[in-house]
Amino acid sequence: MTISTDTSTSANSLTAPAPMTPMQEFWHYFSSNKGAVAGLVVIALICFMAIFADIVAPHSPSDQYRDALLLPPAWLEGGNWSFVLGTDDVGRDILSRLIHGSRLSISVGIVAVTASLIVGILLGLIAGYFKGVIDTIIMRFVDIMLAMPSLLLAIAIVAILGPSIVNAALAISIVSLPHYVRLTRAATMAEMSRDYVTSSRVIGAGPLRLMFICILPNCLAPLIVQATLGFSSAILDMAALGFLGLGAQPPTPEWGSMLADALQFVQRAWWVVTFPGLMILITVLAFNLMGDGLRDALDPKLKQ
Amino acid sequence: MFQFIFRRLSLVIPTFLGITLLTFTLIRLIPGDPIEVMAGERGVSAERHALLSAQLGFDKPLYVQYFRYVGGVLQGDLGNSLITKEPVMKEFLTLFPATVELTICAAIFAILIGLPAGIFAAVKRGTILDHSVMTFSLTGYSMPIFWWALLLMLVFSVTLGWTPVSGRIDVVYWIDDVTGFMLIDTLLSDEAGSFTSAVSHLILPSIVLGTIPMAVIARMTRSSMLEVLSEDYIRTARAKGIAPWRVIIIHALRNALIPVITVIGLQVGILLSGAILTETVFAWPGIGKWLIESIGRRDYPVVQGGILIVACIIIIVNLLVDITYGIVNPRIRHSR
Repeated sequence: MTISTDTSTSANSLTAPAPMTPMQEFWHYFSSNKGAVAGLVVIALICFMAIFADIVAPHSPSDQYRDALLLPPAWLEGGNWSFVLGTDDVGRDILSRLIHGSRLSISVGIVAVTASLIVGILLGLIAGYFKGVIDTIIMRFVDIMLAMPSLLLAIAIVAILGPSIVNAALAISIVSLPHYVRLTRAATMAEMSRDYVTSSRVIGAGPLRLMFICILPNCLAPLIVQATLGFSSAILDMAALGFLGLGAQPPTPEWGSMLADALQFVQRAWWVVTFPGLMILITVLAFNLMGDGLRDALDPKLKQ
Repeated sequence: MFQFIFRRLSLVIPTFLGITLLTFTLIRLIPGDPIEVMAGERGVSAERHALLSAQLGFDKPLYVQYFRYVGGVLQGDLGNSLITKEPVMKEFLTLFPATVELTICAAIFAILIGLPAGIFAAVKRGTILDHSVMTFSLTGYSMPIFWWALLLMLVFSVTLGWTPVSGRIDVVYWIDDVTGFMLIDTLLSDEAGSFTSAVSHLILPSIVLGTIPMAVIARMTRSSMLEVLSEDYIRTARAKGIAPWRVIIIHALRNALIPVITVIGLQVGILLSGAILTETVFAWPGIGKWLIESIGRRDYPVVQGGILIVACIIIIVNLLVDITYGIVNPRIRHSR
């Protein structure tokens, strides 16, 4: 009895520290990248702003203060602290419009990324799993879409369907589809030759079980990275469409269309032009930083 | 080699057919009858509707319409604009040089800044220089270029008054259209000062359009250089006592450039779609502005034709890049 306890304690004292769980390991690598953490913090702030826009924003985004047209930001001469970032040409508070605009950008990002992720994963899994003719057809289709710059294709789709937020979101999800299809297909093909897939097949797992339960979870890492980067391009494309008058229509507080409205005031009121663009830049940059960090943390091969 | 080119060429045909199918379908997805859309507010009588329908081939089955369309496209016939009644191809050809000029200048800007920045960052890896290059390039990569254009315009045109706000040249000059490239045409003409005016109009749009490609090139050059610099032959060259700059420029850069060249080629798509935004902001009379205006005017043949041509240009450039890559790198040529 005593001997056995002795051996067990000595064995305990010799073992290495408990290995990190995958989540801890991920966080260990992710948090060592300062840029990525900064991106995460900014994204969290913007999401907070988007969710609680009604409480955070000092004014309603559509209230027009007729006695405060084109007011400069508060710290400048003539500024007013109740309109911190100034007002636009019809007297709407820019800060409040930016805060409400984040709601739109984030939700378009979520909708576009989710839609293209779901369809992309499905097509990619089918192409990678069945190979042959189906694969050729899907991949030809993907190649055609990749031959067009995403903004041009999005413009074409919106031009036909008519300009609106919903159509813009649809166009953005269609144009980001090819990346997800390609990634899923490549990952599926790599996993298909692994032993664990073969053994599940031998046990008698059907194609659906193999695709979604065996293979898919192992393909997720590159997809998560791509989805984060997809967020940044969705927000950027949405703003570009809004700027061209093909996305959100005025008076919706969307960052891109706010810029388009401000075009004629470039000479008189720099703040109407500067802040919406800065907001787009900060948001896109945050997603790109986090995407880079995720890639480093999830893909050990790329670690330098 | 010929086998490689042939194989690569044969891949282009289905892509081209796919794109024609796409543009053909797009135009038929417009809600409503195409002839009523063309007629606009006024509407057409039943007889005229039937006549137009027969003229434009809308009464034929869809596959016949498609083959006719592709046949027309192959002969350079993209239909006529609904507004100006001019052939789409003709309008495109008059506007295209402006876009090419802008795109080339933007590409030159991107390469001139991006390449050295990437090399410096790689050589000085881990220093403050490296970090700032990477920060700048990530910022450039995330830049909403339409805003960037407005910002530069605000600073350099409005506040400092150094550059003009929009257009290709001052209205006081009347330049004969010889090549369509303003820089060449102004040199050929004898109007004094017109060349300087053309250059000053080009500066801001080129910087704006070149920003994203510059960031991409800088990032790619850095990572490619880092990879090459860790190779054994670089260590050997250094051990032999070759001057450090010579190792970097002659030994490392030549090999590091191969992937960079591919990336530069792939920027054509980014440049052409970025041109849509840049041209809109700077009122640059090129195909980007033309496309956006046509969408606003619901001039569908122009939209259809314009998208088709731009997509074809991108396919052709990508093909050329692939073939060049095959020439430079035999491993690509012989792989299946």
